[in-house]
Amino acid sequence: MDRIPILRMGECLLVTIQVDMHDQLALALQDDLTSAITKQRTRAVLIDISALVMVDSFIGRMLANISAMSKILDAETVVVGMQPAVAITLVELGLQLPGVRTALNVDQGMKLLRRALRAT
Amino acid sequence: MQLEPRKPAVVRDQVLPLKSDADVVQARQAVRRAAEELKFNLVEQTKIVTAASELARNTLLHGRGGTMKVEFVADLSRRGLRLTFEDRGPGIADISRALQDGFSTADGLGLGLPGARRLMSEFDIQSKLGEGTRVTVVRWKP
Amino acid sequence: MNTPTTIPQMIENHRDSLLADWLQEQATIGSQRLLISDAELRQQCLDFLRLLQEATASGGMKDMNSPQWDRVKELLESVATSRAQQGFSPTEVATFVFSLKKPLFGRLRQDIRDVENLGREIWAGTEMIDRLGLYTAEVYQKARDETISRQQAEMLELSTPVVNLWEGILALPLIGTLDSSRTQVVMETLLQKIVDTGSTVAIIDITGVPTVDTLVAQHLLKTVTAARLMGADCIISGIRPQIAQTIVHLGVELGDVATKASLADAFQLALKRAGLEIRRPAASALAGED
Repeated sequence: MDRIPILRMGECLLVTIQVDMHDQLALALQDDLTSAITKQRTRAVLIDISALVMVDSFIGRMLANISAMSKILDAETVVVGMQPAVAITLVELGLQLPGVRTALNVDQGMKLLRRALRAT
Repeated sequence: MQLEPRKPAVVRDQVLPLKSDADVVQARQAVRRAAEELKFNLVEQTKIVTAASELARNTLLHGRGGTMKVEFVADLSRRGLRLTFEDRGPGIADISRALQDGFSTADGLGLGLPGARRLMSEFDIQSKLGEGTRVTVVRWKP
Repeated sequence: MNTPTTIPQMIENHRDSLLADWLQEQATIGSQRLLISDAELRQQCLDFLRLLQEATASGGMKDMNSPQWDRVKELLESVATSRAQQGFSPTEVATFVFSLKKPLFGRLRQDIRDVENLGREIWAGTEMIDRLGLYTAEVYQKARDETISRQQAEMLELSTPVVNLWEGILALPLIGTLDSSRTQVVMETLLQKIVDTGSTVAIIDITGVPTVDTLVAQHLLKTVTAARLMGADCIISGIRPQIAQTIVHLGVELGDVATKASLADAFQLALKRAGLEIRRPAASALAGED
């Protein structure tokens, strides 16, 4: 089964989701990412979803889960680049992802992560 | 006695299987192409595809697989996209409860049905215990 | 009404003369000729007679909601819709159908000698034409309504200016009544502008909005939530006392959305969040100017 690559960039794990994910792929990413956080001892995860044209409740839940799990593993996650149409649809769907940190783009996401890490 | 408007005419239709995760992805992409062809704007397209994704997953998980029908429909002066999800699964015991936010049986968020309903213009669900479920949704384009 | 109607047979036998009489009738009644070419009108009438004949022959006149009548309805829809756009009045549009009565009944009178039979046919024909005429008027109304709402939508797009106050700070001054569809457009415009400019703060100023109902309040909240999902914060400013009261009475939860009395206050908060501040030049620098 194909998997979504997880890159390491300095202190940070970087994931760019570019494919229309099926559910198993989303679950695999959740597993891979949590084990990468522990194995690589990183405290920062950046997930770029700017190429995603749709986030349904399943993918939304995966993002929320990754955020919550990484928090328990003492890492910060930020989700960047959600498209306006996707955001509007998620809100209409009833998903507000309260525990998920977000930023407009990779740059701002990195800034947010650095600030969060300095604070803890 | 007043004349009723014509029933929406089906301009074109296509039936896709929903037997696996990969089928759900295929279904989403077929719906996206159809919505693009009907010139729905980006936000509308996203809403339709997201609703389709939720309903397709429901058909797969709760209905043990089934089909999705994509139809271009037209009435008076509107055109629209109609999606019908059909399965021969166990059926839904309490439909009104299934339409409430947060009600879920398959370890989900319970947003599938109520969420899809909010994203579309029309929503209809028929279900019989032991026989299956059919969900029909329409999004009209003025 | 068990006796089959002779109307389809009659239309078939007299199509040409019916058409001529009908066109003549429309010419004497109305001003339609100014707005539509003879050829176009003739074609519409010809099509209508043909479809009417088919519908009455196959479906009969009893159940006009049966699919056999769909093609007649479809033609009337296209006639009514195109005439709504061409500027016809409702009467003129309905006359298209009603003016068929006289020629149609004239033929029936010629063909049917038996009085009782004739009465029955005329009654059935009247009912049929009345219903088709009303249907046409209704479609016309719908087409007009749609034209109006389309124009409204176009105006909406013009009326939502998103301004860039500072690098990374947007403002959306809303003026006038907010309804569901306008709020929707506003929301989409704002969110797109946030992406385009990379702005992290957006101020939604509702000083110019007279009232807010539950639906609008919820739409505003949805906008704020959607912006947050994208990674931008919203500040709502210019909430009037009445609106504050409404929001509380309606039980709408604003949650942790920042609200400020005026656009100026909101701008200050936005600057602060961006790590900027506005200061007067130091006193010493001004002293020399006295």
